[in-house]
Amino acid sequence: MTKKNQQLSIKCETGNYHTFCPISCVAWLYQKIEDSFFLVIGTKTCGYFLQNALGVMIFAEPRYAMAELEEGDISAQLNDYQELKRLCLQIKKDRRPSVIFWIGTCTTEIIKMDLEGIAQKLENEIQVPLVVARANGLDYAFTQGEDTVLASLVQKYKVKNLNLKKQLKPQENKLILFGSLPNSVVNQLDLELKNQGVNVTGWIPAKHYTELPELVEKTFVCGVNPYLSRTATTLMRRRKCTLISAPFPIGPDGTRLWIEKICSVFNIQPQGLEKRETEIWKSLEEYTNLIYGKSVFFMGDNLLEISLARFLIKCGMIVYEIGIPYLDNRYQNAELLLLEQTCYEKNIMIPQIVEKPDNYNQIERIRALKPDLVITGMAHANPLEARGISTKWSVEFTFAQIHGFSNAKDILELITRPLRRNKEFEVRGWNQFSTKL
Amino acid sequence: MKLAYWMYSGPAHIGTLRIASSFKNVHAIMHGPLGDDYFNVMASMLERKRDFTPITTSVVDRNVLARGSQEKVVNNITRKDKEELPNLIILTPTCTSSILQEDLNNFCYRAALETKSDILLADVNHYRVTELQAADRTLEQIINFYLKKSNKLTQKKTVFPSVNIIGSFNLAFHNQHDISELKQLFSNLDIKINEIIPEGNSVKNLKNLTKAWFNFIPYREIGYSTGTFLKKKYNMPYIDITPIGIIEIAKCIKSIQQILNEMGHLINYDKFIDKQTRFISQSAWFSRSIDCQNLIGKRAVVFGDATHAIGITKILVQELGVDVIWCGTYCKSDKIWFINQLKTINLKIKPIITDDHNLIGNLIAEVTPEAIFGTQMERHVGKRLNIPCGVISAPVHIQNFPLSYRPFLGYEGANQISDLIYNSFTLGMEDHLLEIFGGHDTTNILTNSLSTNSSLEWTEETQKELQKIPGFVRSKIKRNIEKFAIEHNLKKITLEIMYAAKEANS
Repeated sequence: MTKKNQQLSIKCETGNYHTFCPISCVAWLYQKIEDSFFLVIGTKTCGYFLQNALGVMIFAEPRYAMAELEEGDISAQLNDYQELKRLCLQIKKDRRPSVIFWIGTCTTEIIKMDLEGIAQKLENEIQVPLVVARANGLDYAFTQGEDTVLASLVQKYKVKNLNLKKQLKPQENKLILFGSLPNSVVNQLDLELKNQGVNVTGWIPAKHYTELPELVEKTFVCGVNPYLSRTATTLMRRRKCTLISAPFPIGPDGTRLWIEKICSVFNIQPQGLEKRETEIWKSLEEYTNLIYGKSVFFMGDNLLEISLARFLIKCGMIVYEIGIPYLDNRYQNAELLLLEQTCYEKNIMIPQIVEKPDNYNQIERIRALKPDLVITGMAHANPLEARGISTKWSVEFTFAQIHGFSNAKDILELITRPLRRNKEFEVRGWNQFSTKL
Repeated sequence: MKLAYWMYSGPAHIGTLRIASSFKNVHAIMHGPLGDDYFNVMASMLERKRDFTPITTSVVDRNVLARGSQEKVVNNITRKDKEELPNLIILTPTCTSSILQEDLNNFCYRAALETKSDILLADVNHYRVTELQAADRTLEQIINFYLKKSNKLTQKKTVFPSVNIIGSFNLAFHNQHDISELKQLFSNLDIKINEIIPEGNSVKNLKNLTKAWFNFIPYREIGYSTGTFLKKKYNMPYIDITPIGIIEIAKCIKSIQQILNEMGHLINYDKFIDKQTRFISQSAWFSRSIDCQNLIGKRAVVFGDATHAIGITKILVQELGVDVIWCGTYCKSDKIWFINQLKTINLKIKPIITDDHNLIGNLIAEVTPEAIFGTQMERHVGKRLNIPCGVISAPVHIQNFPLSYRPFLGYEGANQISDLIYNSFTLGMEDHLLEIFGGHDTTNILTNSLSTNSSLEWTEETQKELQKIPGFVRSKIKRNIEKFAIEHNLKKITLEIMYAAKEANS
């Protein structure tokens, strides 16, 4: 059915879809950057979301808090500068962080609170670096929150190091990777590259704010996640770094191409990658047999969708639709090309990409298509299950370890979970649990 | 600005959404930015709802900031009207939209010209009311709207005594079970149920409300405004005694008896109450039994919403002889009622009115009671301080939406609460005794059987990596890695070997 001349097509809907608010990025970033403190400047609504979405984490004395705006703050009866100073001094006293991140929200946007301006003055006064990121629901979805934080981080420590680094020469053979990953995944990717003779100079973010790598002109940078387009742009424009555009190291196919692309930049002929990829695919057979020929529908909420769809197609699945909140064609270019190529290779239709999807319309399409698996947020999962449609929560892909060769198994473990369960349930004939259809 | 990372009650729009989505065939449209629809996740996850939550968002984005959202809101309302054919659409402002100060009322008016459904704007101020207050108000607003709208409102009462139960709604603490228990209770009292609102009911039935002989408001937080409104406007008597615990149930039934007698239906429930208390329900006998003597004089603290904190305190003090040091609530708007209620129980109990969880944590640490009865937050404070805690009030987690029948109200509720209280204290006692006698002697056996006598060397970084693996699987993974190393004749375990072993084992 596939034709060589088939084109990728991207449709845009109403943007009425369910996703997490981008402030959720504090959940994984405060754990990643161990000497940080995240202050979300917003209302009860923001606090309520964090409290409920992050569940048990709340009880572990997290290094984040709300600066909850009250009526006096909204109507400017209170002085923003004084209020933030009071809170930050308290945080400094209680927690002694090396950096405080201010997360701007919808409310600070609408009342036009000058967080960047205030931060610049205040950090001299309280002697703690302040990084301002506007991770709000007016502009961004879910994982894009991390993107705004990392972009601000990149911009920020430029200012701090400007004088010291002026004399340094452009560093063409240094490689800095960006994207927040659990430390063990960082180690795994570092090792993969090291095996090919590429030494990773540093990561943004590092384990500590104080350990952020130097950024000098012409440093090579490469992203590990598909939602980091602002960070990439900031690295290129503000820091004059050279971006390596590659598919993302998700799935053995993506990982291999990601490594190959990086090697090619350093004029290294990669060794043994093909064998390694084949071995990983072999170890996945138990899973790929289970999903072969099954169909999947991505409703879209975390921007990992293109990479995951590409990997699943490579595994033999049929993808009906790839919903995605936002698609940066340039940043995801290599990934999109790989998607096209994978479809061609597998001789299947290129799935429809739907940017800013409309959940209501999507559910109508799901009813019509009856896919074997819908990857969706938690708002729709139970209602779809009650209608006999298997689902996998998309949020789990954000928190699970999915990068590199050895974690490919974890992705399929997640994907096949509902399908493995179905095998048990099929015989019982209880598929419909909804009173309305 | 206030530094906080936990709150007892949510923002106002959550309250409105809880009421809207409790009704059948009512759709709520939130006016808010992307991601504010987290309520749908909670409805779907906590209550394991089978149907799509009838809530959509009219998304506030940059375009809306620039151009205003009239067109968008009106379109979204008319679209939902056609797609879902609801009886009522409630436009719900969020904190973001309330700062924009757009004329949402006008949007509703405009949309209503084209829709078959009724359109209402939820009348709540985000910066002044909490989730519970907003829910209370929204319910009253809807009732008011439909009673006004209905032109042939009947003043005629039902032939036999009947009641409206006001306060059945979603995401509330053990609410579904409570309502079943109340139905049972009224059936035993030979009182017909006229309407139960709002959960599962249709707005079309609201015109029948006035047929009931009286209203029953089991919870203080949601439904009280509606009860007082119906009293004022339609002269319907109401009962707001929460039937938690044997003594309060009796009080509640007696006031029902009084209302019915006043309305000319002579009835005496004394025998029923006596039989239920002494022979059907177990909790009165339980508090007389020998086991329960151990609870006398035990020290406890209580915190929760006003209804449950007062209800549980009454049981602890009046039925079980437990010494409640302080009792608190986060329902600050109900301060006076709360303090007065406490005075009727025991003058020595200190009232605490706050929504600051840190303060509550410190107060618990200060008193170090033998048991805590509170919300999920207090449960976690208890964990840290090694004090047992029974969860008696929202905010709660998914485990407080049990599948089995667990009411807090009525006679079965009294049984359930007695179990909860007793189990909290005995667990504490058992723990204490174990500590005195040196604990269960199982730790040594466990470590002996798990240790591996290998001479392998773990580098510092691998040891760190190993620490990141959750405790309950760590030793298994460690053994697997060592097995892998031995098989490959390796003496030193590096990160590379760790990952290679992981891959080989997977």
